[in-house]
Amino acid sequence: MKLDTTGLESALPLFGANCQMVDGFTAAPAFELPTTLDFDGFQKEAIQMVKPAKGTTTLAFIFKEGVMVAADSRASMGGYISSQSVKKIIEINPYMLGTMAGGAADCQFWHRNLGIKVCRLHELANKRRISVTGASKLLANILYSYRGMGLSVGTMIAGWDETGPGLYYVDSEGGRLKGPRFSVGSGSPYAYGVLDSGYRYDMSIEEAAELARRAIYHATFRDGASGGVASVYHVGPNGWKKLSGDDVGELHYKYYPVTPSTVEQEMVEVSAA
Amino acid sequence: EIGCRVQFTEYIQKNVALYQFRNGIPLTTAAAANFTRGELATALRKNPYQVNVLMAGYDKEIGPSLYYIDYIATLHKVDRGAFGYGSYFCLAMMDRHYHSGMTVEEAIDLVDKCILEIRSRLVVAPPNFVIKIVDKDGAREYAWRESVKPDATA
Repeated sequence: MKLDTTGLESALPLFGANCQMVDGFTAAPAFELPTTLDFDGFQKEAIQMVKPAKGTTTLAFIFKEGVMVAADSRASMGGYISSQSVKKIIEINPYMLGTMAGGAADCQFWHRNLGIKVCRLHELANKRRISVTGASKLLANILYSYRGMGLSVGTMIAGWDETGPGLYYVDSEGGRLKGPRFSVGSGSPYAYGVLDSGYRYDMSIEEAAELARRAIYHATFRDGASGGVASVYHVGPNGWKKLSGDDVGELHYKYYPVTPSTVEQEMVEVSAA
Repeated sequence: EIGCRVQFTEYIQKNVALYQFRNGIPLTTAAAANFTRGELATALRKNPYQVNVLMAGYDKEIGPSLYYIDYIATLHKVDRGAFGYGSYFCLAMMDRHYHSGMTVEEAIDLVDKCILEIRSRLVVAPPNFVIKIVDKDGAREYAWRESVKPDATA
């Protein structure tokens, strides 16, 4: 195999035809260096540039009647809103949901992979459904094996298994946390505020749905990267069910209806002189 | 780092258990510490684990021992050790008040002094602490020091 040695040839031209001394060997071989000051970090910089910031708001919480899962539906590329109707709640199987934050392709692919290759296979091989603990651990292990390669996934796995309702937060750094309430994305601080102050374990399904919807609405109000439609899902003992999908613009006027306010000063027409 | 911490420590846990199953006797603390350091060292130049470990164990002949294992595979047998942002405060407290042959009550008192120091001096102090003890009766949870109660449903 003829090796490509063009990179080794020196940039300096060999001078003079009567330079017999240098016949037989070329000038010292050199290779092209990357045009950067930081040789150790430029590759990481490239990944960071491509890495999409988790511009979204998703939340999930466990309560008496199961798990409530809610998300917005805006996709943004920097300052451009690329879509207002993204499905951020992914149906892994009839009794398990996953939320999407981070790279859309990464989340969709790995959730689908989880549902079909991992969960379905487990069900067929073991004649029983996989637990939420098991599914989330397997997803976390898969994501961990790709660490450092630029995957961006910040997801919550919510489901109902033999032990009752289950909720785990899993991300592409390899983190996996079990908890009663989570919110993920750039709008999560706003959602947490509303969620934490309004949360009670013994809420009815309607109350919990309203809390979830309100939390997403407030996050979309303050966070520019969140918006679109607030979808709310409920996971109960018989599986998940979509409860509502309301446009946050309409929700704004529902929560804060326009009231006629008293006018302090009015501009009047000056009669033509 | 969070992913490495869980994955690496579970890996060490399972391998230590495997040794016990295969050989019928448990690994000594020194052996387990050296195994851990070896794994960190092997991965260091390729895909390093960002995990710091303080490994504490009790062996029948040797008694209790503590090993300080760094993320760059430093291994050091110590009497007292600490990791993290609060480590400076803790190390100073322990240097001042530690002496060999402390009773359990004196030791818990020293731990409480360290926790108090962290709570008062560290901006990003964690709210809750767990205290565990390893002795001839094994490893067990001794007490919690909580500022924020966990949710009832968790």
